[in-house]
Amino acid sequence: MQVALIDAGGANIGSVRYALQRLGVEAELTTDAECIRAADRVILPGVSTAAMVMDGLRQRGLVEVLRTLRTPLLGVCVGMQLLFEHSEEDQTDCLGLLPGIVRKLPLAAGIRVPHMGWNGLARRRDASLIVGIGEGAHAYFVHSYAAPVSDDCLMSCEHGLAFAAVVQRGNVAGAQFHPERSADIGARLLNNFLETGLA
Amino acid sequence: MLSRRLIPCLDVRDGRVVKGVRFRDHVDMGDIVDLALRYRDAGADELVFYDIGASPEGRSVDYGWVERVSRLLDIPFCVAGGIRDVATARAVLHAGADKISINTPALERPALITELAQAFGVQCVVVGIDSVREADGQWRVRQYTGDPDKTRALTMRTLDWVVEAQERGAGEIVLNCMDSDGVRRGYDIEQLRQARALCRVPLVASGGAGEAVHFAEVFRQADVDGALAASVFHSGAIAIPELKQFLAAQAIEVRDGL
Repeated sequence: MQVALIDAGGANIGSVRYALQRLGVEAELTTDAECIRAADRVILPGVSTAAMVMDGLRQRGLVEVLRTLRTPLLGVCVGMQLLFEHSEEDQTDCLGLLPGIVRKLPLAAGIRVPHMGWNGLARRRDASLIVGIGEGAHAYFVHSYAAPVSDDCLMSCEHGLAFAAVVQRGNVAGAQFHPERSADIGARLLNNFLETGLA
Repeated sequence: MLSRRLIPCLDVRDGRVVKGVRFRDHVDMGDIVDLALRYRDAGADELVFYDIGASPEGRSVDYGWVERVSRLLDIPFCVAGGIRDVATARAVLHAGADKISINTPALERPALITELAQAFGVQCVVVGIDSVREADGQWRVRQYTGDPDKTRALTMRTLDWVVEAQERGAGEIVLNCMDSDGVRRGYDIEQLRQARALCRVPLVASGGAGEAVHFAEVFRQADVDGALAASVFHSGAIAIPELKQFLAAQAIEVRDGL
């Protein structure tokens, strides 16, 4: 299986790549449109800001490639946020593959931003991507912006308000948490993505 | 609900994990990767690696071990030690660290916090603060604490630095209360409470853990997001699975996923 890991300048590329290696898959780190189109699975990681990763995609001519991709695509953290229409972070227009606007998490009593640490997941509907991930399973989050709970939301999480933790629409999916750092739960999600391809 | 994090801290020197008492007299604790995986299996929520020789010796961390840890570890980890510029931080993050923590370099040049936050997002940027209570009753920050002969006292008040670090872009603050460090009499609740009141980002307590009840106290009374400890975990005095059971029994939210 060919897995393309898009190098858009985000910094967690190494750890996502190692997580895939632990599952026995050697991903190709790439910015090449042909390589991305030819892959069986495409992953868009991103620890950085929405604007910086979008700029990276634009400079490398990958925006249209991702918008027209038919193969299973998984965005991780900022990579998931970019799947939506727009992010409040630096007022960034994103890929628009999923409807909705990514907004800053609001501060409240006892609620700190960034949302950092292990938080419980709530199941919203069944999908191959989340098979084996039970209600209340903990995943590792680090983020200040979040996507809304919409019809595309497979699992939600709560930090001051409910937000989308795992999303999917057709061949496009995303995880707001870091599967590469979410122990067995994260490995399960990545493995589901590789094995079933969102089918 | 967001879990309270238990964070073993591994002080690294010359590629090995070491531990001292009140920052002195370091003893070898073992291989970095072995210890990292042992803590992962025990249910640690996150790990912090401090390259304690880096800042006093004027060098940055060696990335080789960061990459070795990242290949095998599937929980988050943070790296600290001599990160003085964006290029170094990028190399550490690319080697696989999830967060970088800066302490002495942030005091030397506070603009570094902002530069890192702009380059990687605030969620990657941790500011570590070493703090001591002085004769006038004020807590003040210390610099170059990795080497007692080079440690310097600054006029900066700890609580002022907590505020400034956030304004400049810190996404998390680790407050190490040096008076409590390594002596196992409990976290410095009073200092942490005052820091908490000023801290909108996650706050991690460091220094003083000796018994399970100290963790319950610091989560309850100082409302910190995480508690960091070294010697009690390294020595086996506190086992993380039992500690989590103890905290859960007191209705403190912890991650069970073992």
